[in-house]
Amino acid sequence: MITLEHVYWLTGLMAGGVAIVNLRDASNPRRANNTAFWGLYAITFLAGSYLPDLVSGFLVIGMVLVASIRGLGQGKFKATREDEAASAARWGNKLFIPALTIPILTVLGTFAFKRIEIAGAPIVDVKQVTVISLAIATLVALTVGMLMLRPPLLAPIKEARRLLDAIGWAAVLPQMLAALGALFALAGVGTAVSGLATRWLPLGTPFAAVMTYGLGMAVFTMIMGNAFAAFPVMTAGIGLPLIVQRFGGDPTIMSAIGMLSGFCGTLMTPMAANFNIVPTALLELPDENAVIKVQIPTALLLLGANILLMNFFVFR
Amino acid sequence: MLPLIGVVVVVIGFVLRINPLLVVTVAGVVTGIASGLDFLEVVAAFGKAFITSRYVGIVWLVLPVIGLLEHAGLRERARTVISGFRAATTSKVLLAYFAVRQVTSALGLTSLGGHAQMVRPLIAPMAEAASENRYGDVPNATRYRIRAHSAAADNIALFFGEDIFIAIGSILLIRGFLEQNGIRVEPAQLALWAIPTAICAFVIHCTRLVLLERSLRAELARANADKA
Repeated sequence: MITLEHVYWLTGLMAGGVAIVNLRDASNPRRANNTAFWGLYAITFLAGSYLPDLVSGFLVIGMVLVASIRGLGQGKFKATREDEAASAARWGNKLFIPALTIPILTVLGTFAFKRIEIAGAPIVDVKQVTVISLAIATLVALTVGMLMLRPPLLAPIKEARRLLDAIGWAAVLPQMLAALGALFALAGVGTAVSGLATRWLPLGTPFAAVMTYGLGMAVFTMIMGNAFAAFPVMTAGIGLPLIVQRFGGDPTIMSAIGMLSGFCGTLMTPMAANFNIVPTALLELPDENAVIKVQIPTALLLLGANILLMNFFVFR
Repeated sequence: MLPLIGVVVVVIGFVLRINPLLVVTVAGVVTGIASGLDFLEVVAAFGKAFITSRYVGIVWLVLPVIGLLEHAGLRERARTVISGFRAATTSKVLLAYFAVRQVTSALGLTSLGGHAQMVRPLIAPMAEAASENRYGDVPNATRYRIRAHSAAADNIALFFGEDIFIAIGSILLIRGFLEQNGIRVEPAQLALWAIPTAICAFVIHCTRLVLLERSLRAELARANADKA
């Protein structure tokens, strides 16, 4: 059976390849740092499941030190927009085939792998079917791309290295934030925040309770970077005791709209790095808050709309 | 209030624009020590959480093939295709992507989009090319704004579409949490109550995208007039 572990190995091999390409590239003034960074990252994927937590922790600290002391660099690449345009004219719309293979096969795989069994056992881990489908779709797309374009054999890993180095340390920020969230949870940050909210905010009327809950979900999500971490704390602290028990609100409506109020917070925080910071790196934007700035007006208007919707429907 | 010291570190770090990896690490260490763990326990907690959240890194697997195709001219081709549509504008490109992304997410097809596999190679180049065709040269500041809007459209459509699908993580989390508190709710009911917000998100963000076109038109007319 194909499991998440195999996908991790594949990701680890790619990161390891990126480290090796960096090692051999004299045009990158920081190549030792890049090699160490992606090499350590590769180890967390290849061996992470077997290492003691403390060893993994030191690998992570090592990556942080390599990325923050002197920092990572990038090699020089000679391809220009003119070269790309010439190649685009040659290949035409065929270029879309491998690109669209990825989403289409991922979706098909998500449905198909749940049903395909060999000798009574599923061929992939059904619980992780989406990411495994993504990995398989990517391999198929890569094969199609290689057969079509016939580039040098090492071209894909060199291209991966170009993109991964452009993303740089932002590539691992989402995992670091997940780790921080775990430590926050361990330290009881959630109860401290909801304690503050219940002590200092006006909660005497139904509307005040709804507003505090909605705003609390958004603010708490901004702190934790994740609405999933905010929801249990705010709902146990404010939602259930006040909106549901004291004022007789409907828990289904409260929870559904409460979670979506949290999502408004996700749009406004650098802590949600994979949505807000990684794309600025991927799109080569000089301001790492550029995506957040664009999202803030929608997030605030929608948060207001959520609070009004909840107030209107929850006490029907 | 001692546990909140980590939050303070994060806020200060981001405001001072210190390397976020370092900020997050320091915040984690401070929080852990404030709550009575010793340094090695904090390091182990970091290691454990980093390893268990490796699934977010799987998306990088698309980079070899995306890079290969970009090198072969994928982004240029996406631009050319858009320039074939006389009526295409940046806002129409983004509106169309937003609508498709929100509807497919609501059907559970969240993997049809994404920043690495769709926004960078296809959507952002198309959105940029639409303004280039219509208004002439696009200065870098405007180009960056269009790109940021491309990423934002993906995020907003995903967030406020996916909750309409009953088997998505957030619905399961809500259901599990309420059940622990003795309240039974139906996933279908939770999904139903995500629809009003989804409609608001669509109306609000699409209005903003229409307004974006106006502001791009004015901005680029000014920029190109200055030059001429």
